[in-house]
Amino acid sequence: MNIVKVGMADLNVARDPDILRTVGLGSCVGVAIVDISSKVAGLAHIMLPTAGKPDVENPAKYADTAIPMLVKQMQQKGAVVSRMVAKIAGGAQMFSTLNQNDLLRVGPRNVEAVKMSLQLLGIPIRGEDTGGNAGRTIDFSAADGSLTIRTVAQGVTTL
Amino acid sequence: MVDPLLRLNDFQLSVLKEIGNIGAGHAATSLSVLMQREIDMNVPRVHVVSLQEIDEIMGGAEQVVVGVFLRMEGDISGSMFLVLKLESAEMLLKVLTGFEGNGFTEFEQSALMEIGNILAGSYLSAFSDFTKANIHASVPAISIDMAGALLNAVLMHVGMYSDTALVIDTEFWQGNELVDSHFFFLPDPGSVAAIFKALGVDFA
Repeated sequence: MNIVKVGMADLNVARDPDILRTVGLGSCVGVAIVDISSKVAGLAHIMLPTAGKPDVENPAKYADTAIPMLVKQMQQKGAVVSRMVAKIAGGAQMFSTLNQNDLLRVGPRNVEAVKMSLQLLGIPIRGEDTGGNAGRTIDFSAADGSLTIRTVAQGVTTL
Repeated sequence: MVDPLLRLNDFQLSVLKEIGNIGAGHAATSLSVLMQREIDMNVPRVHVVSLQEIDEIMGGAEQVVVGVFLRMEGDISGSMFLVLKLESAEMLLKVLTGFEGNGFTEFEQSALMEIGNILAGSYLSAFSDFTKANIHASVPAISIDMAGALLNAVLMHVGMYSDTALVIDTEFWQGNELVDSHFFFLPDPGSVAAIFKALGVDFA
């Protein structure tokens, strides 16, 4: 089993028995998609809601460009869209005292944009741990599609 | 379009390092006065790093740290971010307030926020003297959580315009003891040209 790291504004695809990991999700949202029949999983660490233009340098950064790209890469490994399900985590507000700028509400906006993109592709959400003000580290298993979430205060939960 | 940050030459990087040096020098002096201890700093490091790899410059994205975040606005905009390991935050509080508890109450958090405020304020005033730019800082915000998660939120302003961050990073020392901390100055990508222009350095 390997642990495949996903950085900020990054995405990756893995097969059973590998695990996809992204460390320290704050306002970013981790989108985990799996096709359990082919045991192909993908994880994107999304930073911002929408790209606003079709050709961006790093599609993995935005919800509306990252999710189609992730799905495409999973298809290339044999996953089928109609069998895909998603789990999402993150979108926290890390600095609650700052509110002068709409940017700082980016967590909830990221979550909305992620849900919209998944809906457009017809991928159902089977688990969600979003919002709040705690950072999260997530592990996504390509073997069974379980999403393990670690926070500082609440310890470990599994979706 | 190639990211202009990726084309910074050695001279331009050394100019940024010198700016960081002056800013951090002032910040260290202010902190010395506040703490009534001798505070030194190392020569700043300048990183041009992709968003995907940025957590590596801090080491341990999952480690719990104290983060104090300020925005700077004006002729030049950017973010300032003080990261303190928990033990370092406790050490600073011990000197400042006689703190010896565990866990930070609102009082300790506001003291730490004030440390961030003083560091950022003196860093900024040196920086604005140097560049003749009109800059002011927002009120600070504090959070105690995973380093990577805090950085996530801080980098939002960079991420909107660039996939690369310019990070000017300083560490502070108290006597021979490293105050295990980073002080990051992150100019917004759109402000890098303004910084060089203010200093009379060519920057395409």
